Amino acid sequence: MATIRLTEIQKSFGSTEVLKGIDLSIEAGEFLTLVGPSGCGKSTLLRIIAGLEAQSAGEVRIGERLVNGVRAAERNLAMVFQSYALYPHLTVAENMLVPLRLRDLAFRERLPLLGPLLARAKYADLRRQVTETAEVLRLDTLLDRKPGQLSGGQRQRAALGRAMVRKPTAFLMDEPLSNLDAALRVHMRAELAELHRSLGTTFIYVTHDQAEALTMSDRMAVMMGGEILQLDRPQIVYDDPADLRVAEFVGSPKINALPGAADAEGRVHCLGIALTRRLAAEPGQPPREVTAGLRPEHFALSPQAGSDTLSGSLIYRENLGADVYLHLDLGTLRLVVRAGVEEARDYSLGARVHAVPRHDKALVFAEDGRRLRFRDETAGQDADTGLAAVARAAKAFVRPANTAQNAPQREAAAGS
Amino acid sequence: MTRFSAAETWKHAVLIVGALIVILPFYVMLSYSLKSPGEIERNEGGFFGSQAMMIDERCVKRGEPDRAAIAAAAERFPGSTDSEIQAALMAELRAACSRRPAVFNYTMAFSEAPLLRYLLNGVIVTASIFFIQVLVALPCAYALAKLRWRGREVVFSMVLFCLLIPVHAIALPLYIMLAKVGLTNTYAALVIPWTISVFGIFLMRQFFLTVPDDLIDAARMDGMNEFAIIWRVMLPTAVPALLAFAIFSVVAHWNDYFWPRIVVTGNRDLFTPPLGLREFKGDADGSFFGPMMATATIIVTPLIVAFLIAQRRFIEGITLTGMK
Repeated sequence: MATIRLTEIQKSFGSTEVLKGIDLSIEAGEFLTLVGPSGCGKSTLLRIIAGLEAQSAGEVRIGERLVNGVRAAERNLAMVFQSYALYPHLTVAENMLVPLRLRDLAFRERLPLLGPLLARAKYADLRRQVTETAEVLRLDTLLDRKPGQLSGGQRQRAALGRAMVRKPTAFLMDEPLSNLDAALRVHMRAELAELHRSLGTTFIYVTHDQAEALTMSDRMAVMMGGEILQLDRPQIVYDDPADLRVAEFVGSPKINALPGAADAEGRVHCLGIALTRRLAAEPGQPPREVTAGLRPEHFALSPQAGSDTLSGSLIYRENLGADVYLHLDLGTLRLVVRAGVEEARDYSLGARVHAVPRHDKALVFAEDGRRLRFRDETAGQDADTGLAAVARAAKAFVRPANTAQNAPQREAAAGS
Repeated sequence: MTRFSAAETWKHAVLIVGALIVILPFYVMLSYSLKSPGEIERNEGGFFGSQAMMIDERCVKRGEPDRAAIAAAAERFPGSTDSEIQAALMAELRAACSRRPAVFNYTMAFSEAPLLRYLLNGVIVTASIFFIQVLVALPCAYALAKLRWRGREVVFSMVLFCLLIPVHAIALPLYIMLAKVGLTNTYAALVIPWTISVFGIFLMRQFFLTVPDDLIDAARMDGMNEFAIIWRVMLPTAVPALLAFAIFSVVAHWNDYFWPRIVVTGNRDLFTPPLGLREFKGDADGSFFGPMMATATIIVTPLIVAFLIAQRRFIEGITLTGMK
């Protein structure tokens, strides 16, 4: 176990800049998720950590050791691939034996036929390690099968097994669950999180699925356009996104981004509603366009229109069983509002729905996507932003109002 | 029951005619290898011929009794004149030399020319060619398909370009080069010019493109170097493609007449099976079509058997894209 530290990692393919100076420090034993839309550079970053790709600039350190230019095999990391990448001609046991053989045996001991005779004790030891790992992953009955004879989930476990046998410093996982069907994926999420807990090893997990990131990770790094936009605990990323792109990427259905305007005093007006909270004053700030972000669960339904409601006709009911998401047509934009099943029963397609936003939950973003803080949020804040972040984190975890709103996330997290 | 369809019928008719054209020479070869010379010349006896006993004139010629033999046989025929004894011995000889035509043709194939030696030469040459071709083509194909390096596209287009060069165009320079280094009339002359197969490189490259990059990355993470990846990961996954290439390569070089004819000029010990066929080409005592066709049959049989065994995987290999 060791920390992994990336400093100023840059990578370009030809003239396209894929990574623009990534700084990232991964604690020992942490489950860190790199999440972002496809093409954001997350897989490239993982491959640079693995040593499969060389960075154009910057440093990778594992523990105290600088590993720039160190071969992938010598970094003692293990990787699990989306396509599992098991050797198709070898059985599961042989697949798991490959990394051990290459690491622990000398060249002459790896010779076919002769090798096992020369190093009988070593081979027995390697096989014992394979069986132990197989037992942990409940692969013991599958050891003699070839990958072609396994189901997707079993292949996934075999690939994990091959990564686990060598007891690496860290596991790197490149969208390992994307090829599984939905039910199995949710199940494997839980298994992976459990495995992480029992192994205590560092996991670096790449995914484009924000749900996987939210449910499994200790911290998640939201990447876009070759940069890390926000790196924090999943709940904070969800509740307190630093950027509009982060807010839009994390959470499903997507956050509602409503156009609004802020005046010089920091009052925000948005679709005819004035938010009760005021933005922290930025001296000399002229009135400007802003975007107010409100998640679907941050609305309450109201029987009639009022000064504080957004009204639109119901164009789509997205029924998820426990909740129903109502899609409202507000003319220029579409608003998604969460409703209870009972509540939603009263509305049929085309009906007029009135939604009341929860002012305390609104997130305001500047035109460039940057988050704008409210005055009461920044009130007790001193110059040390680090301290402020800790305070915010603490608040996010104790805020009782959250419990009801974030039920789906909580359930998913509990399942993992 | 499927309905009658004019288009299907037409398609099948065309295919049947095509098949007949291809099969006919084989039919003639097999039929001639079974028939007696007379039947071949008179074109009678159907496929098998009558298989009536025939007398092997050469055998008779070889065994003709001389004076000593007649004297030795005198006591077996008491009271006969020399000419009577000779006639009796000749009759015995003729009986001993009469054979079924099929047996005659096939024994001739092995006795008249050292066919087993030729077959062995064929095996040595085709096997060495294929072995070295694989040794060269796999690393080349891997580099062309999976490694990123400057000039890769240029090299690949050169490979494609080389596919267009006919063997016969470069035969003469090749021959001169081999002659200069004194390699004519050796196995090396038969093998060396074929060791780099651009077709093999091309075929394997196309196959390697379908192998997921993840597999190679996984092997690198496991600690394999690039050569280990080629032989321990790529080779086993490429078996179907390799089998297809094996058939192309082995058939081409087993059947090759042109090149061995050029570089093997005197030494019959180096003859490959097709060169062996020439042994039966008409000499002073006429052509031996029966034994010749028997030889031809023996030469093609290993290929046909090999193809039938490998048929399923061969087709798999040609339709490369099916494999994931």
